[in-house]
Amino acid sequence: MNLSELNITQTHQGLIKKKFSARELCQAYLDNIEKKDKEIFAYLILTQDLAISQAKKIDEIISKEREIPLLAGIPLAVKDNILVEDVRCTAASKILENYIAPYDATVIKKLKEQGVVILGKTNLDEFAMGSSTENSTFGPTKNPHNLTRVPGGSSGGSAAAVAANFCLFALGSDTGGSIRQPASFCGVIGLKPTYGRVSRYGLIAFASSLDQIGPLTKTVEDAKIVFEAIARKDELDSTSVESKIQKGARKAGGRRVGWSPKVPRQKSGRVVGELESKIQNLRIGVPKEYFTKGIDPEVEKLIKAAIKKYEEMGAKIEEVSLPHTEYALAVYYIIAPSEASANLARYDGIKYGYSKIQKGARKAGGRRVGWSPKFKIQNLLDVYLQSRGEGFGEEVRRRIMLGTYALSAGYYEAFYLKAQKVRTLIKEDFDKAFQKVEVILTPTSPTPPFKLGEKIEDPLKMYLSDIFTVSVNLAGLPALSLPCGKVNNLPVGLQLIGKPFEEKKILEIGQVFETWR
Amino acid sequence: MISREEVKHIAKLARLGLTEKEIKKFQKELSSILDYFVLLKEVDVSKTEPTSHSILVENVVRNDKIQKSPDFVGIPTCREKAKSQKLLKLAPETKDSYLKVKSIL
Repeated sequence: MNLSELNITQTHQGLIKKKFSARELCQAYLDNIEKKDKEIFAYLILTQDLAISQAKKIDEIISKEREIPLLAGIPLAVKDNILVEDVRCTAASKILENYIAPYDATVIKKLKEQGVVILGKTNLDEFAMGSSTENSTFGPTKNPHNLTRVPGGSSGGSAAAVAANFCLFALGSDTGGSIRQPASFCGVIGLKPTYGRVSRYGLIAFASSLDQIGPLTKTVEDAKIVFEAIARKDELDSTSVESKIQKGARKAGGRRVGWSPKVPRQKSGRVVGELESKIQNLRIGVPKEYFTKGIDPEVEKLIKAAIKKYEEMGAKIEEVSLPHTEYALAVYYIIAPSEASANLARYDGIKYGYSKIQKGARKAGGRRVGWSPKFKIQNLLDVYLQSRGEGFGEEVRRRIMLGTYALSAGYYEAFYLKAQKVRTLIKEDFDKAFQKVEVILTPTSPTPPFKLGEKIEDPLKMYLSDIFTVSVNLAGLPALSLPCGKVNNLPVGLQLIGKPFEEKKILEIGQVFETWR
Repeated sequence: MISREEVKHIAKLARLGLTEKEIKKFQKELSSILDYFVLLKEVDVSKTEPTSHSILVENVVRNDKIQKSPDFVGIPTCREKAKSQKLLKLAPETKDSYLKVKSIL
C-alpha cells in the first residue's frame, strides 16, 4: 500500500485499524519530500520534529484504543503566510525571513485540536502577491506535472505539495484566485470559502476585504472535511461570520462523519447515485462573458465537455450574463493593492522583521532616493525607507506604490472610490444571475500552466491570468476548482461558483463530476 | 505617463526607499497599469454606492476592561511574561522591555 496516495477517510481507516501508524504515515510523506522536493521546491520550511512528535501523540491515543477525530494523524502542509506558533513564517519575503510566529492562527488551532501532523510551510508569491509563485524571495516552485511550468500562485507551494504527494492536504489563502488557480494548474482540488466563513486571525494580511483561507486537497470529499474543520466564527476576526455547519449536531472533539447526515457513506457506491440525483434539474449558469477573448481553445473544449456531461446527467444549463466581468480585473488591481498598501505599513523595521535600524552607514544596492545624504541611518524616516526598500521584493513594492497612488489625494475618487462602486455592480451581477441559477460554472484559468519566466517581466500580463477568479473575491462568494482534464499533459481546472454560504452545494456538484472522471 | 516626480512622491508616502533605476522602472510599469485602469471611466456609477466588504461589516465592541488574553491558562504571570518576551525578541532593538526607535527629527 502506498500510504501517500490515500485520501483522508482511507488514511483515517488505516490508522484506526492499525494497518499503519501515524509515525509511519508521517515518514512516508517526509520520504517523498526528501526524494523529490529538491526539484519542485514546494516547501520553504520543514517542521520534521514537530510532525514526528504530533504523530507519536496520535499513535499513543490509538494504542489506548481511544477514538480519534477524522483529521488526527493526517499530515498537512501550511502556506507560509499562516502562523504556526514557534515556527518561522516568512510570507516568502526577505522582510520576514527570520520572523518566528508568536502564536497559532485560528485555523491552525482548530486543526491542532483535531490532532493533525504539520509537515512544514509551503512556498508562495511574496505576501501572496502573484499568480505563479515566481515572486517568492526564495525561488520559484515548479509544477509537479512538468518542471518547466509554473504551479500557479500564490498558493503554488501548497498546490504542488498536494499534487506531488508531499502532504495529504494543504492550506492556502485566496485573495484573487490564489487557491483556485494553483489548484487548476496542479490538477488538485481547491476551495475558496465564502468571505468570513473561515477566520483570518493569524493569516498575514494582504487585502483584508478579499482574503480567505481554504483547503487544497486530492479529493472533493477531503476538501469538505477540511473546510468543516476550519470554518467557524471567531471572536478574534470581526469579519468572520456564524456558519450553519457549526450549529449542526456534531460531537465536539469526537469522531467526525465524512459526508452530510443525509448521504451516509456506503460501500456499494450508492452515495454516487444519491449525489447524482442532486444534479437532476439543477440549474447551472454559464456566463457568456467567460468564453470570449483570451481563453485557450483547448481549455474551452474541456470546459464545454464538462458542461455537456452535466447536461447529460440531467442538469439544466442556462446562459447567464455577468455584464461587468470585463471591469473586474481593473477593480481588483485597484482595491487589492490599496488594501495591501495599508496592511503592509506595519513592516516598519521597528517592531519585527528586516530592519536597518542598527546597520548604520552601509550603502547597499545603490543610492536610495529620500535618504539622508550621508547614507547613514540618522532618523526614523531613514529606518522606514531603507528597511522597506530593501526588505520588500519587486512585486510587493509595485503593489504598495499602486495602492498608495490610488489612495492618495487627488486620485482617491477616480481610482479607489470608483473601483468600490464598480465592485458593487459586479456583486449585483452575481445576485441577478443567482436568481436564475443555483450555481455558476466557468473555467478556473484561461490557460493551462504557463512556462516559468513567461510572464514575470510583464506585470499586466501576469495580472490577466487572474481574469476568471478575481470577481468571486470581489463578490465574496464561495468557489471550487477541480480538475476537468488535460491539455498536452497539463492539468485544466473547472470552477464552480456558489451563492454565499453554499459551499456544501458546490462541493456536492463537484463531487459528482469527480466520480464521473 | 506619470512623472518621475510623482513616482518619487508616492514612494515617499509609501515609505519605500527606491534607487534611481527603480524609479525609472516603476514609472514605466505603473503608467502602463494605470492606463489599463482607464477602462473604468466608461462605467456609469452615478447611482451606485461603494462596496467595502462583500458582507455587512459592523463594529464589534466590548467593555474597556483590563483582561488576560484568552490564550493564558495556568500560572498567568509566567506564561504572560514568556509571551511578551516572545514578542520583544522579534524586535530589532529594545531597551528595558520597550521598543527603541531612532529620533524622529
